[in-house]
Amino acid sequence: MSVIGENTLRTPLKNVRGLGSAQSGVRHWWLQRLTAVALVPLSLWLLWLCAGLAHADYATVRAAIAQPVHAVLLVALVASLFWHGALGLQVVIEDYIHTRWQEVALQIAVRFGAFLAAVACLFAIARIALG
Amino acid sequence: MSQIARPTSPHLGIYRWRVNMWQSVLHRLTGLFLCLGALLLAWGLIAAASGAEAWNAFAGFCASGIGFALLILWTWALLFHLCNGIQHLFRDTGMGYDAAQRDHSRTPSYFATGWIVIAASVALTAAVWICLFVRASGGAA
Repeated sequence: MSVIGENTLRTPLKNVRGLGSAQSGVRHWWLQRLTAVALVPLSLWLLWLCAGLAHADYATVRAAIAQPVHAVLLVALVASLFWHGALGLQVVIEDYIHTRWQEVALQIAVRFGAFLAAVACLFAIARIALG
Repeated sequence: MSQIARPTSPHLGIYRWRVNMWQSVLHRLTGLFLCLGALLLAWGLIAAASGAEAWNAFAGFCASGIGFALLILWTWALLFHLCNGIQHLFRDTGMGYDAAQRDHSRTPSYFATGWIVIAASVALTAAVWICLFVRASGGAA
């Protein structure tokens, strides 16, 4: 017999079904905070950048994004933003979507969507900054 | 998967509404709304990389009535989520949960910080847009 289940109140059925902790909660919690801390200065900077570019024409906007400091900070912002957003949406879906196939489909869609949007942003920044 | 019908704990209906409950609800709602804002940022960056025509379509949306209203809402959502998030990070360290700060015979300090967060987000949003309007009208004159 396996050791698991011998000195515990859990029944073997409970262990087999595996409905306990997934052992990944701390990592999720920590990454949510880490990206939050990164986004405090980065989102304030984005607000400042956007406010400065209000009413700017196309050439001015491209020149602003192409500045090395701006391009690097934009890359950092996009990475933190979509990561933070995907982690947040994951929890909201876990909390409110109780039909299993809908939950799984939404979780996959959020991950793919966030990744795709982040890659598109990074490609756009690289094209403007390096092109 | 079969679900056993377990007794459930009382939900929101039994609690008196306090500012921290509004903060919690608003943090989620602004978070969801900001996910759409992240897509707007993506649209803007891709448009800027694609060419003048794509950029003008994006800029046209931002200058439209709906775009303008959404931008103001996004500014507030960002600043609320930011202010509340900073308070959240401090609370995550266990700060503000001492017995004295939960004492309901006085006003618990978390009520005060909650209202400060909401007031600050509104004041900062107003400040950003007043600055933008002043600069736009100054530039036109």
